[in-house]
Amino acid sequence: MSDVLLSVRNLNKGFFGVQVLKDVSFDVQKGHVLGLLGENGSGKSTTMNLVGGILQRDSGTIELAGAGIAPQNARDAQALGIAFIHQELSLFQNLSVEENIFLDHFPLRAGPLPLIDRRALRRKATEALALVGLETAPSTPVSRLPQGERQLVEIAKALTREAKLIIFDEPTTSLTAPESKRLFEIIERLRSQGMSIIYISHILGDVMRLCDDIVVLRDGQVIATEPVAQTSIERIVSQMVGRSIDNLFPERDKHCDASRSALSLRGVSQPGIVRDISFDLHPGEVLGISGLMGSGRSELARIIFGLDPYAAGEISVNGRRLRAGSPRTAMDAGIAFLTEDRRGEGLVMEASIAENILLPSLPKQASGFMSYLKPAHVTALAREMSEKVHVRAASIDRTAVRALSGGNQQKVVIGKWLLTAPQVFILDEPTRGIDVGAKYEVYKIINQLVANGAAVLMISSEIEELIGMADRIMVMSRGEPRGFFDRENFDREALMRAALWD
Amino acid sequence: MNNHRLLLAILNAAPLILFGLIVVTLSLLSDSFLSVANFRNIVNQAAPVAVMAIGMTFVLLVKGVDLSIGSVMYLVAVLMGLYLSGLPLVVVIAAVLLIGLVFGAVNATFITRFDIAPFIVTLATLFIIRGLALFLSGTRMVFQSDTIQTMGRSALFGVPYAIWILAIIAAIGWVVLSQTPYGRQIYAVGADPHAAEKAGIPVRRIVFSVFCICGVCAAIGAFISVSQIGAASATFGYQKEFPVIAAAVLGGTSLFGGRGGVFGSIFGAVLVQTTENGLVMLNADPYLYPLVAALIIFLAAWVDGRRTAITERLERRKIRVE
Repeated sequence: MSDVLLSVRNLNKGFFGVQVLKDVSFDVQKGHVLGLLGENGSGKSTTMNLVGGILQRDSGTIELAGAGIAPQNARDAQALGIAFIHQELSLFQNLSVEENIFLDHFPLRAGPLPLIDRRALRRKATEALALVGLETAPSTPVSRLPQGERQLVEIAKALTREAKLIIFDEPTTSLTAPESKRLFEIIERLRSQGMSIIYISHILGDVMRLCDDIVVLRDGQVIATEPVAQTSIERIVSQMVGRSIDNLFPERDKHCDASRSALSLRGVSQPGIVRDISFDLHPGEVLGISGLMGSGRSELARIIFGLDPYAAGEISVNGRRLRAGSPRTAMDAGIAFLTEDRRGEGLVMEASIAENILLPSLPKQASGFMSYLKPAHVTALAREMSEKVHVRAASIDRTAVRALSGGNQQKVVIGKWLLTAPQVFILDEPTRGIDVGAKYEVYKIINQLVANGAAVLMISSEIEELIGMADRIMVMSRGEPRGFFDRENFDREALMRAALWD
Repeated sequence: MNNHRLLLAILNAAPLILFGLIVVTLSLLSDSFLSVANFRNIVNQAAPVAVMAIGMTFVLLVKGVDLSIGSVMYLVAVLMGLYLSGLPLVVVIAAVLLIGLVFGAVNATFITRFDIAPFIVTLATLFIIRGLALFLSGTRMVFQSDTIQTMGRSALFGVPYAIWILAIIAAIGWVVLSQTPYGRQIYAVGADPHAAEKAGIPVRRIVFSVFCICGVCAAIGAFISVSQIGAASATFGYQKEFPVIAAAVLGGTSLFGGRGGVFGSIFGAVLVQTTENGLVMLNADPYLYPLVAALIIFLAAWVDGRRTAITERLERRKIRVE
């Protein structure tokens, strides 16, 4: 027990003035598996990015085997013996398995030229793959491997670098059950060989089975550090979500008009993505979609909005069937889609607030000969809308959206869609990365929307947010609906259990 | 899903099919087309474009592009004719390689140090370098020394020297791309520069080096071409970047990075040259040439776009296993 490999003390980290980690401290024993737990946004990934050299800490110390370390990039961390297996694997699909494993330490032939020793490469790669029980030929291109085997390639890569500590970030989200089982066996074996492992996962059953100790993070702070033997899933769940949620959400009357259906899905399926999704979203209703990352929530939203195809089923808006695969049709039918990725997909960062707000409704505002735009008219329109959604900025036609806070950016996104007068809003993680005050305002706007008869499909990783805002919640897991909960039956633990159901 | 794989296979084979069609058509229409002599002639004429397409392949592999190669060609020809004509062949060759390296490094510096898009940087150097060369030549025809002209006509074992140079460059290019760590890392950078950075690969250094390689190949292409023609007019190398990029893309190198290789690019160059050769043999209207060339480039880009879209779809992450 006294043999500590990694020791983290008083780690602090902030982004743009928001404190993300507060005095995080924990130890990883040699030959132990440490489970790092917490809700999305609780600071798990940030902590691991500090250890793995991808981010730099503001203060605190990290010691590896008794010596203080400060990795400046992923390469430094690798050299120190820290391997980080990301949720999104970093393999190159256009290269073979063996090339991926040895990409930055190829065995070379003797002689003056830097030529790859293909025979040694094959031999070493075969050895490494045997360690993880993968029987694929080392020359197979990675693009041909199933997801689970790619994960094993990443582990083989870590082993060839003589890692002392392997960090797994949500390794099972894209694995099938047998693949997960094989991964666990390998983790067991590595542990028995004295390797230390940090295992990040939402699947608490796996954590209980696999880990020796757990650390629970909440809002960037360590809430609990205990051996697995002394805790239980119930206890961990309450530690993870145990924040009081009084006054976090504005009051709202029930407006739901159950006699009509604003958005209706019947048996929507797409092989490999979602299966048999059916629901009716009524005017004035907020339907929450809960589920872990990779459960198919965002993919479903993209399908509804026509960005991705679906193989079977039917989607209709206000009783009219929607043509598949056309975002334009979806918009014309009155659907607005606020993507998960505000910066990447939702906003033109260099353009002004007014320009962003007006973007999707320009065709509607154009009028007269040659359908030109009247500057005074559209500016007034943009100003009115940005006041309606409470955007705070120096100037709506000069301030670039890039300069706004996350909360204000989100309000701009909502404002721009509001101008198109949609009937159905799909909100994918509407409050991700924005602070509590701005969240409250976004919630108020959502309440206004439904009070005016719009229907809202709200996707969120934060269960409390859905409990506070939704009339109904659909839980998804592995692309399938796992159950619907009405407002009177909202129960945090029941919801989480449904999402973790395997 | 299987339909996609089939379509992908057809798209991959599209240039081969096209080549087959052209060869069959031309040999039906012209008696002299299908002969060893004519084919040697085609490869000999394709050699400059092929060498430059090999350099372009390196750049395209990291999702870059180099539009300045046609201008580098002209500058090399002008410097050779005006300032290097009296010097020994070895010195001339060394100077030519150095010129290519320098202008490749200029492009690379702007791209990696100042983070300007390769398209913009090389579009600018396209005009700057040609402007510089036109200033030096005064737009007059620049003639090459007798040594160079003799070399252009010489052959070894009945094979023109241009084909020998092409073979050497191709061999080096293939070894570098497929048999060295550096070459494999180029592919990794092209597939995903961020992931490459995370995997500890020196991304900037690799991007810098590929533009240098492309510059050197452009200079070699200029040397071969000018020795074959014997003189350089003011339009020498003008718009040469298009057949070169088309050759690489027809040969299976993607404009989106990460896919392609040396031999494909040579094949692409031969395909482009065969078409031109055929048009000449058929006495086609010379004003038709650009139209046909444009058609081939369009086809190449379209095939590449479709291929990339399908590959991405095939590689997309699955949530469920069914």
